Amino acid sequence: MAITLKVNGRTHTLDLDPATPLLYALSDDLQLNGPKFGCGLGQCGACTVIVKGQAVRSCVTTVKSVEGSDITTLEGLGTPEKPHPIQQAFVDEQAAQCGFCLNGVIMTAKAFLDKNPKATEAEIQQAMSSVLCRCFTNVRMLRAMRRYAR
Amino acid sequence: MKVNRRDFLKASGGLIVSFSLRAQGPLQGSPPLNQLDSWIAIAADGSITAYSGKEELGQGISTAQQQLVAEELSVPFNRVKLVYCDTALTPDQAHTSGSQSHPANFNSDNLGQAGATAREALFRMASQKLGVPVDRLTASNGVISSGSQQVTYGQLVEGRKFSLALDPKAKRKSPSQWTVLGKPIPRPDLPDLVTGRFEFVHNVRLPGMLHGRVVRPPSVGATVAKIDESSVAGMPGLVKVVVKKNFAGVVAEKPWQAIQAAGKLKVTWNPGPPLPDQATFHDSLRKLPARDTFMVDSGDIDAKLSGAATVLKATYLHPYQMHGSMGSSCAVADVQGDRATIYSATQAVWYQKSTSAMILGLKPENIHVIFRRGSGCYGVNGADTVTYDAAILSQAVGKPVRVQLTRKDEMAFENYGPAYVIDQRGALDAQGNIVAWDHESWSPGLGNRPGTNRPGNIITGSLLGFPPADFAPRSPAPPPGAFNNNSNGVPSYFARGTGAVQSGRVLTHAVESRFFTGPLRSPARLQNTFAHESFMDELAARVKADPVEYRLRHLRDARLKEVLSAAAKTANWETRPSPKPGNRRTGIATGRGAASVLYEGDNGYTALVAEIEVNQETGKIVVKRMVAASDVGPISNPDGLRNQVEGGALQGLSRCLGEEVTWDNEKITSVDWRTYHSLPLGFEVPKIDAVLINRTEGEVMGAGETSITLVAAAIGNAIFDATGARIRQIPFTAERIKAALAARA
Repeated sequence: MAITLKVNGRTHTLDLDPATPLLYALSDDLQLNGPKFGCGLGQCGACTVIVKGQAVRSCVTTVKSVEGSDITTLEGLGTPEKPHPIQQAFVDEQAAQCGFCLNGVIMTAKAFLDKNPKATEAEIQQAMSSVLCRCFTNVRMLRAMRRYAR
Repeated sequence: MKVNRRDFLKASGGLIVSFSLRAQGPLQGSPPLNQLDSWIAIAADGSITAYSGKEELGQGISTAQQQLVAEELSVPFNRVKLVYCDTALTPDQAHTSGSQSHPANFNSDNLGQAGATAREALFRMASQKLGVPVDRLTASNGVISSGSQQVTYGQLVEGRKFSLALDPKAKRKSPSQWTVLGKPIPRPDLPDLVTGRFEFVHNVRLPGMLHGRVVRPPSVGATVAKIDESSVAGMPGLVKVVVKKNFAGVVAEKPWQAIQAAGKLKVTWNPGPPLPDQATFHDSLRKLPARDTFMVDSGDIDAKLSGAATVLKATYLHPYQMHGSMGSSCAVADVQGDRATIYSATQAVWYQKSTSAMILGLKPENIHVIFRRGSGCYGVNGADTVTYDAAILSQAVGKPVRVQLTRKDEMAFENYGPAYVIDQRGALDAQGNIVAWDHESWSPGLGNRPGTNRPGNIITGSLLGFPPADFAPRSPAPPPGAFNNNSNGVPSYFARGTGAVQSGRVLTHAVESRFFTGPLRSPARLQNTFAHESFMDELAARVKADPVEYRLRHLRDARLKEVLSAAAKTANWETRPSPKPGNRRTGIATGRGAASVLYEGDNGYTALVAEIEVNQETGKIVVKRMVAASDVGPISNPDGLRNQVEGGALQGLSRCLGEEVTWDNEKITSVDWRTYHSLPLGFEVPKIDAVLINRTEGEVMGAGETSITLVAAAIGNAIFDATGARIRQIPFTAERIKAALAARA
């Protein structure tokens, strides 16, 4: 059926099974590289997008449930030429190894820090407690988050 | 169309180039290692392209390689483009693995030597052109100058090849001359990574590409009895059901359609033989038929043990652990007729080519494998197996097919880092010196990397009917061969390695595994070093010696001693025996522990001090600080090295505290992030001090697997320091720690 998605300020009407997880519409139909399949279970964060200011796991969110909502992906924040401040903070801290987790880390961190700019270390830990980086770039990523929050 | 490197250069603007190959003529193979043109091309406009057979997995080696070429050619970093791991374009350097990229390309041959050979060739050309002796020329920014006259690299080469062999005598720049190498140059891939522009293998999209999904066996060793294709008949988007021996999969137009069809496909399986009981698994390894090997045997170990003042014994246990790459593995293959183009995150595009040829029944020369980065690679994760999946499914439909594994299929069938049982016996004289050390280990293995011709070493090849590498029991072990401590099976303290202890024996028993196994970051080295560096602490404690001082007393290698001393100094190590005097047996106790090793016996000096808190009520550990010192020769990029040291330390911590593959009587049960316990991004991350010793003389060593090798031993030693309880089984779960605390005398 026809599903209308508003992604990064643009409206797309796609022919999709309404039960399709949003991730597949973003990565396959809209060919976005930011949101990624990590687990398909909402456990790792790789697929995270921001919907109405909230970090949402697109691998366990149906397209039907976000129809008409403003969806922001990593691409919607900034570009290599004009990065968003949180993206720049991760470059400044050289906070990556393989980089596969960056989507989940940056999108989860942005949604959290925009609401909680004065978050304590414990609150940041809590906010990032179901986001994974299996290369374990934690030191730099947490530093990048603090840099952005400042 | 014949793909050649000149056309490629013209067609490509940058590092990442997607082009589908529908070639009619023969593919160009990998160029020879001994020819300069295989490594470096200078275009008429002066742009420089370097070709490497060592790939970027996230470890930062592409940045360092770009620095290396820029340095040797006296151009700025950004003037060099690096192309790596493409079977039609780049030299065949086998695997990117084993912390070997840095030594392979930065020492006296390969990429670094190509850079120096090219620079000297350019100087000779300039000398001829300008009529000025070479020794009166200087190069900067791609321009060679005599003072009054100048000529650019582009003008000298005029788009031609060098047609020269690599010159082993070409003079390399020394670290004191470096202006690009040795600097913390930021990684050029980050702006694309943080904005979603970067193309992982997961993002390769070919025209007309379909989506595949595999249906793996429900239990270990299960075989296909029957497949009912009518169970998916008429499903939306379904293109084909593919069955080959025990391999089953579906191809559909869209990913979600493939997922649903794979879920509905009715497959009847014959169960495999029951799995061994995990509770008694480690002990069961001792009873299996084994291939026995002496790594060293001084021949006098029994006499020394029986004549010693004191003999200490301990047994250390390590579980199977998994790579658990964050993104499940993915590949894209386009197999049409007798040709194939494959996009893979494999660590060895050349071996993927030769083994894909076997599973597809095609000629290797008709297969083009192009590396694209996957999700974190810490060894043989699912990258190779999913490449076979994509290739088989693509061949069945004659169209490009993308396959990404489910989380469960990734975790239930990857090649795990193997379990270990390690017995240690140490003999001490009356003065407390170690006079003999006996090490005996059991470790299960099955399969491995596919290598050149063993697709059955990984799950998909096995399902397709290819056998894994042979296992040949052998007992007793023959006398030791030439000394090689690549696995770190030999403790650092042996005189045959880096130490002073004259009498030693290391006997290993390789046994068969029911699960596939393969290299996982610091393979065997981590398990062995955990046992050695824990046991060294036990020996020091027995004679009430300071653990660092006791290590230094039994080491001979000056660099290993220096790296250990550097870590201890930065950590303000307090010289005293463990356990820490005055600690109470309740509440929170603090302690510190140290460990050190020369990775692989010759590939990276490393030492680690951990400072921890143990909650003696809950068994919970908090690591407050880790000081990781390393000496890996001349440092190519200090920030890249630091990143590896930090990441290794924390990955080691996760593996030490929580990671363990689990199973029931028929299947793997650690199949997601609830059942396989990785530390998340948000935990109380210790302060990490990376102490980098920049040894500007001598050879470059590997740096990717140093700190991780030491973490478990340093933490275990710190737990002992804090509490007096010794924990000898990884992972150090709260339950195990509580049990060890309860068992204190």
